[in-house]
Parts: sequence; C-alpha cells; structure tokens
Amino acid sequence: MTETSTILSAPRSAVSQSPAGRRRVLQPVRSAVKHVVLILGALLMLYPVLWMVVSSLRPNDEIFGNPSLLLQDFKIDNYINGWTALTQPFGHYLINSMLVVAGAIVGNLVACSLAAYAFARLEFRGKRWWFGIMLVTIMLPIHVIIVPQYIMFSQVGWVNTFWPLILPKLLATDAFFIFLMVQFIRGIPRELDEAARIDGAGHPRIFAQIILPLMVPALGTTTIFTFIWTWNDFFSQLIYLTDPEKYTTPLALRSFVDTQAATDWGAVFAMSVVSLLPVFLIFLFGQRFLVKGIATTGGK
Amino acid sequence: MSAINELRSLKAGPKPIARDDKAAFWFLLPWFLGLLAVTAGPMLASLGLSFTKYNLLQPPSFTGLDNFVRMFTDSRLHHSLVVTFTYVLVSVPLQLALALGLAVLLDRGVRGLSFYRSVYYLPSLIGGSVAIAVLWRTVFGTDGLFNQFLALFGIEGQGWISSPDTALWTLILLNVWTFGSPMVIFLAGLRQIPASYYEAASVDGASKTRQFWSLTLPLLSPIIFFNLVLQIIHSFQSFTQAFVVSGGTGGPADSTLVFSLYLYQRGFGAFDMGYASALAWLLVLIIGAFTAINFWASKFWVFYDD
Repeated sequence: MTETSTILSAPRSAVSQSPAGRRRVLQPVRSAVKHVVLILGALLMLYPVLWMVVSSLRPNDEIFGNPSLLLQDFKIDNYINGWTALTQPFGHYLINSMLVVAGAIVGNLVACSLAAYAFARLEFRGKRWWFGIMLVTIMLPIHVIIVPQYIMFSQVGWVNTFWPLILPKLLATDAFFIFLMVQFIRGIPRELDEAARIDGAGHPRIFAQIILPLMVPALGTTTIFTFIWTWNDFFSQLIYLTDPEKYTTPLALRSFVDTQAATDWGAVFAMSVVSLLPVFLIFLFGQRFLVKGIATTGGK
Repeated sequence: MSAINELRSLKAGPKPIARDDKAAFWFLLPWFLGLLAVTAGPMLASLGLSFTKYNLLQPPSFTGLDNFVRMFTDSRLHHSLVVTFTYVLVSVPLQLALALGLAVLLDRGVRGLSFYRSVYYLPSLIGGSVAIAVLWRTVFGTDGLFNQFLALFGIEGQGWISSPDTALWTLILLNVWTFGSPMVIFLAGLRQIPASYYEAASVDGASKTRQFWSLTLPLLSPIIFFNLVLQIIHSFQSFTQAFVVSGGTGGPADSTLVFSLYLYQRGFGAFDMGYASALAWLLVLIIGAFTAINFWASKFWVFYDD
C-alpha cells in the first residue's frame, strides 16, 4: 500500500519521451489538444455545480431561464431567506451534523486503530478466521442489518438521538478503516516494536507510543473519509431521526425541498451550497490524504 | 492492494503460534461487541425476521416461507428489480470506461495532473449528497439547465425527471458522473506499470493503441476487476439520489424505484419489517451472486503478475 502511494507521486518522465523525431514535432500540438479536451470535459462536469453556486446569488425570478455563469449583481438574500426558512435556523442542523460527524470520527479513530493493531501485530487463536469475517463485513450491505438494528435501538429509546449513528462507529463497525490501518501498520518496520519490547514495553505501550504516532497519515485518511461519508450519509439518518429538532443537514435540506421547492429555489440552492461547503473545504485541505487513501484501498 | 486480494489469499497456511491471546482480546473488544450487537447479530436476527410477520407493535409471528413466496407475486418488486438491474448494468460499465479512459489520458505525462485529478474527482465526493440530488432534480426539470442547453441547438426538451421513460436515465447519468474515484484507483495502478515495458514496446514498434491493448489493459486487469466488483456492490445499494429525485416515492410510475428505496418503503413506510428483512436477504443474495460470477469470470480475463 505505501508502495502505491509513493509511486503515485513519483514523476514519470520516461514514457512521454518519444524516440521518433517526427513525433517530437507533433508533441506540442497533441498536448495542446489534450489539454483542451481535458478542460472542456472538466467544465462540462462541474458546470451544473458552478451554476448552482451562481444561481444561489441571483434573485429568484432570474434563476430559471439563465443558464450562464455570469453574475450581474451579487445578492445574498437567498442565503438569509434559506437560513431562516425552517423551524430552526439552518445553523442548528449544521451543528447536529457536526455532532454526529465528530462522534463518528472519534469512534473510528479509536476503535478501528485498536482492532487494526491486533490484526496487524498480534498472534491469536482464530486470527485468520476473524480477519476474514472483518473483510466480509466491509462488503455487507447495510440493509441486511438495519431492520433488527432499528428494532434494537427503538427498544432502548434511542430513536431521535444521535446514538444509533455514533455507537456503531465506537464499536469499529466501519471495517473499511480497520483494513486501511492494518495495511498501514504492516508497512511499519517490526524492529521498532521489538526494540520497545526488549525495553520492557507491553502491547498497550507499543501501540500508544510507537505505532500510533507513526500511523498519523492513516488516521488522517480515516478522519477525512469519515467526515465526508457521515456528512453525506442519508439512509441511516433518515431512519433514525424523525424529529425535526434532531434533523441533520441532509434531512433539513430534504424537508426544505419538499416544502419550498415550487416557490423558493434560490433559497434551496443557497442552503445546498452551504451544505456542500464543509465537504469542499475538507477536500481542499485534505486532498493529500484523500487521494492516497482512495488509491490504496479504493473507497467509494 | 485491496480487500479483495486479501480475501483471495486467505487460504490456509501454517498455523500461527498463538501467544498474544489476552492482549488481542482487549484490543479487539470493541470490534467483537460491534460484531455481536451491530453487524453479525442483527444480520442473523434479520434472517430470523424474514420468516415472520412483524409490524413493531405486535410481537413477530412465524409465517414460514410466506415472505419469500410473496416475492414471486409482488409486481412492484419485479419492477424494482428491473429498474435496479438497468441502473447497475448500464451505469457501472459506462462509469468504469470513462474512468479508465481519463486515467490513461492523464497518466501519460500531462502537465497539471493533480489539478485535473482533483477536478474530476470532486463529483464522486459530493455525488451521493442530498444537495446534488436536489440540483439534479432542477437541472433535468422542464425548464431546467439541461433543456436550456438543448435549446441552444434548437432541440426542444422535456421534463426528464417527470417522464417515466427518462427519469431513471438521469440517475444513471448521476452515477456515471461520479467516475472520479475509480479513475483515481486506475491512475494509481497505471503508475505501477514500469515505464521500461512501454519503452521496450516502442522499440519493438508497437503503436500507442497496440500498447494499450497488449500492455496497459492486461497489466491493469486486476484493478479493473477490483473496481468492477466494488462499483457493482455499491450501485446495487444506491438510495439517496432516487429518494430525493422522486420525493421518496420512486416515481414517476415507479420508474426510479431502486431496490433500496422499495425496501425502505416496505420496512420504514409500511412497517412491514418481516418482508423488508426478506428483501434485504434477497439483496444480499443478488450482490453475492454478482460478486461470485465476477470472481468466476475473472479467471478468463484478469491477469495476475505474481
């Protein structure tokens, strides 16, 4: 895995050097054509998103019928209207989402790293079997557990709390991250553990003082993916949160669309942009971890 | 590089000497509890529930195979299966073809690689969100952006989301739109092909096209396989977009009633928990069958270097 990530960033000049002279003359033309294609493709892909951002700054009656990205005058009315359109100010739902996300991140970081250490470094009975089970749970569809899980959580009175969304993470059920961390720990030289062991350190100390500080990149990847997936998650939040007080951002946005759609698209767009902003910021600042993580283990 | 390869290599080897049993137990305790209470436990419970009738209010009553027999006559289920298979079987190949094409284009010494990679990757991060589903609903609406674009060429559009013939295709397009994540995985794979292979091929006079078919494709086949398995599993579970675009109904005329949405309606709309559990197991069987077929077929086209 670490192999992949280093190769990912290594320059690859050899291939582009073509031996034939004729090709060398054609090279600039070809490369220009390639860039034009790539830029047009990127523009086509992102156009709807850019249009949404621009439209959220337009007066409502101008939104439909104006496909351009040019903004005549800059109006933030939609943001003010959208922010206060639901029973609670939109910030309330953002905070709810943040709470769920924070819980999920803490859970994944702690529980998955503990499990990963065991799978990567410890020898125990039935290890191969447990490891196989863990790998299979990565591919398990949530549907097959959601019904009994819902029954269980509703019996303890946890529907309309954030616990059904956070507790599973505290119990390392996001096995994808265990796998990601196992791969990473395997890349850490065992000599470091051995040296610590000779100095009398037990497993808890080796884990906390040697492995954990060295696996910060894997923890970074986990944090960022957990953030984005939990922030975007809709299915389980829809099931567990029915009280508008407890709505997270996606649920609030969805109820907003269902009630306001016909009248106030500008405000809907504005809040859509607000809901995408955290993901976009994480993407901007955490790109390094994202690309590495996805390239090595192939997330969604 | 992947969970799939790990599973492939999980064949029995020499038994490890167990010496850290106690420590392992404590390190794995949260995971064991999770397995018991949140994953494997509920999974077995759901198997049990699939043989019952249960509406949350009365205790479950055993009905034998009734739920499974009911599947044969449930025409909405049949319709939903057609919708889901169309969705998966059309969008996944398109998505992977685009991802591979762009990865190859980007791999060969393009300036600004990281910029392009980010731009093409962004949609796969936000494609599953409610906000983008909302956007899609307006873009493909009667006076949406897409029709205005068509109007530039003098083509008169229609309400793509409101027509049962085209609604599913807007969702397929949305899934294809998120080709960035398989693309990044392809790019990483391409980087692992030694440049010397291409040099040797060039010296032997192989054209770029020939190099693609005879070098790139076979060497990349394990990663194509990995992406294929992953995206199929993922697409079978697609929910948010269909839910938001159709306002939770799967309409118009059930044309966007993907499997997850139907399951949600049965379980959490009608509180028909027994049948919903049976449906969940049907989904597991379908996904399992597809994955098994993929693994079987991989013998004929996936090339392992090691």
